[in-house]
Amino acid sequence: MTSSMLNLPTSIPWLTILGVVPLVGSVVVLLLPRARETMAKQVALAFSLVTLVLTVVLALGFDAASSAPFQFAEKYEWIASLGISYSVGVDGIGLVLIALATILVPIVMLSGWNDVAPGTTGRGTVKGYFALMLALETCMVGVFAATDVFLFYVFFEVMLIPTFFLIGRFGGAQRAYASVKFLIYSLVGGLLMLAALIGLYVVSADVLGQGTFDFMQLVGIDIDPGTEKLLFLGFFIAFAIKAPLWPFHTWLPDAAREATPATAVLLIGVLDKVGTFGMIRYLLPIFPSASQWFAPLVIAMAVIGIIYGALVALGQSDMKRLFAYSSMSHFGFIALGIFVFTSQGMSGSVFYMIAHGLATAALFIVGGYLMSRRGGSSLISDYGGVAKVAPILGGFFMFAALSALALPALAPFVGEFLVLLGTFERYIVIAVIATIGIVLSAAYALRLYQKTMTGPVAPGIDGMKDLGGREFTSLFPVFALTLVLGVIPGIALNVINPAVDRTLTTVGLTDPQPVLTGTEGGQP
Amino acid sequence: MSGVLSASVVADTFTLPTIDYGALAPVLIVAAAAVIGVLVEAFAPRGARRPLQLVLVFGSLIAAFVAVVMHAGIRQLDGGGAVAIDGPGLVLQGAVLLISIVGAMLMAERMVDPAGDAFAARASTLPGSEDERQFSSRGFLQTEIWPLMLFAVTGMLLFPIANDLLLLFVALEVMSLPLYLLVGMARRRRLLSQEAALKYFILGSFSSAFFLFGSALLYGYSGSIKFGKIAEAIAGNPGQNMLILVGVGMVAVGLLFKIGAAPFHQWTPDVYQGAPTPVTAFMAAAVKVAAFGAILRVFYVIFGGLRWDWQPMLWVIAILTMLIGAIVAVTQTDVKRMLAYSSIAQAGFILLGVIAANPAGLRGAIFYLVAYAFTTLGTFAVVTLVRDSTGEATHLSKWAGLAKTSPLTATVFAIFLLSLAGIPLTSGFIGKFAVFTAAIEAGAMPLVIVALFASLIAAFVYGRVIVLMFFADPPADPPAVVVPSAFTTLAIAISVAVTVVLGIIPQPFLTLLEQAGVFIR
Repeated sequence: MTSSMLNLPTSIPWLTILGVVPLVGSVVVLLLPRARETMAKQVALAFSLVTLVLTVVLALGFDAASSAPFQFAEKYEWIASLGISYSVGVDGIGLVLIALATILVPIVMLSGWNDVAPGTTGRGTVKGYFALMLALETCMVGVFAATDVFLFYVFFEVMLIPTFFLIGRFGGAQRAYASVKFLIYSLVGGLLMLAALIGLYVVSADVLGQGTFDFMQLVGIDIDPGTEKLLFLGFFIAFAIKAPLWPFHTWLPDAAREATPATAVLLIGVLDKVGTFGMIRYLLPIFPSASQWFAPLVIAMAVIGIIYGALVALGQSDMKRLFAYSSMSHFGFIALGIFVFTSQGMSGSVFYMIAHGLATAALFIVGGYLMSRRGGSSLISDYGGVAKVAPILGGFFMFAALSALALPALAPFVGEFLVLLGTFERYIVIAVIATIGIVLSAAYALRLYQKTMTGPVAPGIDGMKDLGGREFTSLFPVFALTLVLGVIPGIALNVINPAVDRTLTTVGLTDPQPVLTGTEGGQP
Repeated sequence: MSGVLSASVVADTFTLPTIDYGALAPVLIVAAAAVIGVLVEAFAPRGARRPLQLVLVFGSLIAAFVAVVMHAGIRQLDGGGAVAIDGPGLVLQGAVLLISIVGAMLMAERMVDPAGDAFAARASTLPGSEDERQFSSRGFLQTEIWPLMLFAVTGMLLFPIANDLLLLFVALEVMSLPLYLLVGMARRRRLLSQEAALKYFILGSFSSAFFLFGSALLYGYSGSIKFGKIAEAIAGNPGQNMLILVGVGMVAVGLLFKIGAAPFHQWTPDVYQGAPTPVTAFMAAAVKVAAFGAILRVFYVIFGGLRWDWQPMLWVIAILTMLIGAIVAVTQTDVKRMLAYSSIAQAGFILLGVIAANPAGLRGAIFYLVAYAFTTLGTFAVVTLVRDSTGEATHLSKWAGLAKTSPLTATVFAIFLLSLAGIPLTSGFIGKFAVFTAAIEAGAMPLVIVALFASLIAAFVYGRVIVLMFFADPPADPPAVVVPSAFTTLAIAISVAVTVVLGIIPQPFLTLLEQAGVFIR
């Protein structure tokens, strides 16, 4: 008996179809004549919506109570000589992240409908923009669905290419610089990961007799402790650059500033989650003892990131850089929740990945609408009193700011709260320090709102148009989802929790028993 | 009195070798076609030469390839042990032939240069002289390049199967001499081309001398020029010996020169830049395959037992080659020179497969060679298309904004660059992956770390060109991308196809390499 809402036939390669649909869309869009710009946009949106519908079908068919580690699993030989297979499958964590990606793609397409227009700074064509987004969607589905470490690596690296072009061809004035910086940082991580990947293969060849990249076979193999630490570092640095954790974050503000809002949402909202996803999926189960050995270091980096990111965000005069540093602070929370090794902390992290994806989308999209109305300026000082002139825009901006500061009843609150709870179980002091980050986030988010939306109407703001129908349509789903997940987080947590528990069991850790000290408690 | 020496002399009394001409068919077909090509040049009327030569070139190369395929199962020593026809040798021969076919397509192109083709109307005329002007204005097009090319291919076919030092030397010279000439035959920038040819010739001769001296020392040590015998002599005489160490070093210098490994790489940028671009493409691809084939055989077969002695030397050379190639490529402003330095770096990566000294290393190196060769053919083919009034627009600043004017060309070039950078789903990535895996298996982790570092620098170089093509504005006088004839179009299409297919479904080729096995003695 299954507890899924929909019984899907297992003979159909669902995940492969999910990955191929956007790729086909990408090719179709590219083949359209250059002049048919509207048609290219419509076709691209249609393909992304089909993908979304497929994801919903998949989610309904997902059995949260199943004991199988991966569902919708497929496996085909790919490069047998090197133990590489094309194998995909999802657990709860993979599923919610795929859902995040496929939800955000149509939203950003809608929001970026007129990003490539005559007079914008970018070089590329309309169809190129939308085709790249679809190609990126394929990579995002692939990277979260892969259950072969090599396949994961392939998607991890190939993802760079569409992102690189999205930043470099469609961004702001410094886009070439930002895109190269992004590429170099990512390649550094990618190459370290490649070294570790090959090392892991060689170890598996020693231990198992035949080298393999199959995730399930690699879990629990016996690695010499010294080697394990080195391999851990190779993967970890790649993930830490991707996520990005302090001190590997310096590419993010530039990329976020130069990219279009749509690219920035995909980059920070989804792609950066690959780093934290990789930590949960690969680092902890394959290198359990190294993960524990390095945990204090990672926790320290995470906490520094939380405070540092928030402080720097507080001092920003540029809105997009502020968003980027605020994200960096929030990535600290995600990493913290993973490396405290409690089920609440890790569930919180995964939930926060989703919530942060939505919050990022809200911030960048509404921020993008605001900036596009003021000639693209992202300087906070150029704005003031916008809420009076454009109340709907102001309202959404308020919502985005509140969701960034994790107001209760919004999704990010649930994530942050669970992470802090999970941290508190093990490290009270760390939890206290991390909480300062929340206070700081309230400070920068509210300061941003106050400076831009309230007060006297700044020159150039007068007569600003309020949000139109397309813009409203793109923001509303984000708003609704953030609210729904904030009020009934169980719909996501039910799917996430079993996968988290399985991961922690693999690592060999259990939640600490509540210890009651003093006299006021007492045994039941 | 009758010591070891005389015993070996007795053993080596001259016996007439038996030769299986069938097994040598690929070499013989191409050599025969080259000789016929010379006769065509001498006797056929001017107008008939090109069609005849093209039939000869493509016919012989294809026939030779068919012969290689038909011999796929042969594993034998031939010609009294002078040649070893074995799996890796046959795969390398097949690769050389396919690369030569694509290279010949590029040389046959006559649509991209309004003056005719990429070669001087008459190579013997002085640059800038009245003669030269006469020949050019009368529209003379030369066809001597074809027999020269076929002779070079003959050498390349012999190179990876040569199993004694003398034959190896002969193959080396048969391969090199026609190439020296071809390098000097550019139609445009002739002084640069001739300077490159002379430089290549002098340095090449110098390295040949090293090779010969080393061979003499090895002969002095072992009393034989046969690889198998030398290996036996080394195995029977453990312990170091100056004669053998110096011999190994000098033979290695001669071979490493041909692949452009540092510190023997100085000729590469000048020659790649000066040579007619189709010749550069052919050389960069085919010479590397053939020469690496010989290096692999020499180091695996003869020097296998001396691994501990030569590995440190190759470590140093590989590190130098990778780093010099990648770092100096950063400073280049000419696309051909940049590709030349990148080819040096790539040679360093392939050396990792040699250093690994295990079957996985051999397979990885061959895979990398084939992947690299086709990608390189493609890159230089694209270079021939981007032109302004003075010929090819090789200065990188001219390539700015190329995606705006010709998106297809820019995209194709980007695919090649991504493959050279080793991005997944391209052949270059699988190649790197294979050699790095072999090197780590052999315990050369530090070397792989250096290689990754060099890959990163190289990736920056390639990334910069992509940025230039896609993200920058075209210059005031943008070069035109000419529409080539079917020859170049087909060559580029094949290169793209190989680059992508080997990147996505490498298994069939890997299976072939596994079946090929290792070198025989």
